[in-house]
Amino acid sequence: MVDIKNVFKLYNQKKVVDDVSLSIEKGTITSFIGPNGAGKSTLISMISRLIAKDNGEITIDGQDIMKTKNNELAKKISILKQSNSINLKLTVRELVGFGRFPYSQGKLTKEDQEKVDEAIDYMELGEIQNKYLDELSGGQRQRAHIAMVLAQDTEYILLDEPLNNLDMRHSVQIMKTLRRLVDELGKTILIVIHDINFASCYSDHIVALKDGKIIKHGRTCDVIDQCVLKDIYDMDIDIQNIDDKRICVYF
Amino acid sequence: MGYKKKTIILAIIAILLAALYIFYDLRGNIGYILPRRVIKVVAIMLTGGAIAFSTTVFMTITNNRILTPSVLGLDSLYMLVQTFIIFIFGANSLVMMSSNINYLVSIGIMILFSLILYRFLFRGEKNNIYFLLLIGMILGTFFGSFTDFMQVLIDPNEFMVAQDRMFASVNNVNTDLVYISIVIIVATLIYFMRFYKYLDVMALGKDEAINLGVPYDYIVKRLLIIVAILISVSTALIGPITFLGLLVVNVSYELMKTFRHFYIILGAVFISIIALIGGQFIVEKIFTFNTTISVIINFIGGIYFIYLLLKENKSW
Repeated sequence: MVDIKNVFKLYNQKKVVDDVSLSIEKGTITSFIGPNGAGKSTLISMISRLIAKDNGEITIDGQDIMKTKNNELAKKISILKQSNSINLKLTVRELVGFGRFPYSQGKLTKEDQEKVDEAIDYMELGEIQNKYLDELSGGQRQRAHIAMVLAQDTEYILLDEPLNNLDMRHSVQIMKTLRRLVDELGKTILIVIHDINFASCYSDHIVALKDGKIIKHGRTCDVIDQCVLKDIYDMDIDIQNIDDKRICVYF
Repeated sequence: MGYKKKTIILAIIAILLAALYIFYDLRGNIGYILPRRVIKVVAIMLTGGAIAFSTTVFMTITNNRILTPSVLGLDSLYMLVQTFIIFIFGANSLVMMSSNINYLVSIGIMILFSLILYRFLFRGEKNNIYFLLLIGMILGTFFGSFTDFMQVLIDPNEFMVAQDRMFASVNNVNTDLVYISIVIIVATLIYFMRFYKYLDVMALGKDEAINLGVPYDYIVKRLLIIVAILISVSTALIGPITFLGLLVVNVSYELMKTFRHFYIILGAVFISIIALIGGQFIVEKIFTFNTTISVIINFIGGIYFIYLLLKENKSW
């Protein structure tokens, strides 16, 4: 369980994350939605200790993230940021292998290799595992990064806009994979996402942020609601039920 | 050809060049010439190795392949120290004449400066590495201007001595200093070994490194101190030559085509030794000491730097 209590983050006196408290259940997908500059990425970066919070407390399974050893935390929680501009001569397999660093400290054991194989299979990267990253398309590279996170084998996975620059097919593919990770392997996934229809179709809970504050946190069906969405985005969004899914029409 | 093979070939070339330099045209008083040449080669290997190594580490920390530790301002500080000593005590003073004292004073001041700079900058919450580089650059320029100012004021004869220090040269390396340098460099490398495993991960970038459990800020601080010590030692030993690092590390990356720091560093070290011994050979046999090695290095390095900039520009 991830517990966030009264967390603040200020950039030059401006409150980017303003007194946020929430707790996230295990074994669910929680989507963070909201307009640009709402503090979604900042919040998720603080949970994964990429940036320091200014105030408040964040605990994962009861352990304060600032007091836990870096290496231990890396076995528990992993994050994938939106910009992955690695300019190294790396193959897909080598990148995925980096995911084992918290366990092996760079020297891959046989068990590590097996985990790498599993991650590669899971993301269906077998055919391109020996290709260099700079030879891949955006979608393939994104999948390779997710495979690395899988190899890291953490209970909690945080993803910051994983669907950026991906076409529909790849987006759906990645969301389905995430769903499988939760349903089959019992992972807990936190995801920052802009497309509210993807959030609506694949997540269990949605956290809606605006101006650094939580506007609404609840089950997907409660948040995907005309009034709530109007509060968040300041626009009228029509919601249609198609095959039990709530689809927002905002065009 | 794999990177392992390439590393071995580079090592062989480096050794052959060293042998060529030592044994070429060996006539006259061998008992005098041979030890002198050997000590020169050792000095070159130390400096070349230290610069190649620290530049690789520095580029990994900053995630930038066109930055060298010279932006930390250590070169300029070295020149400032030399000029200041001449300005205050004169070129004939003990500090200037005795290379041991000069060496220790220079190293001491450079390392002290780095420690103060880091301490000052990393004290607050915002330990942004680019802020450090910016401050280093500004201080470097300040030291440079101050050096120029003093050089204008001193006696022309003494200016000649100062100018001599501006260019790296292995022609009058002191044997004792080489021994001290070996001790310092080996001690630094032993201290470095515990951080070695983090380098590959750190090359992925700060976020990825933290994600994979690297105590990022702690490691960066330690690595920067290591870089400062190595640069100080090599600068005090043969003079300011950090530009060489840019050249050799990039060539090593191009040649090795791998991300593994073990091979990148080894490659850079060997290329650096090849470049320095080769350059020194050219200086001695072709230019018959009419130029110094840093002039050649800066010339070739400058051309390569422009090439790098043009190449990066094209890929946008």
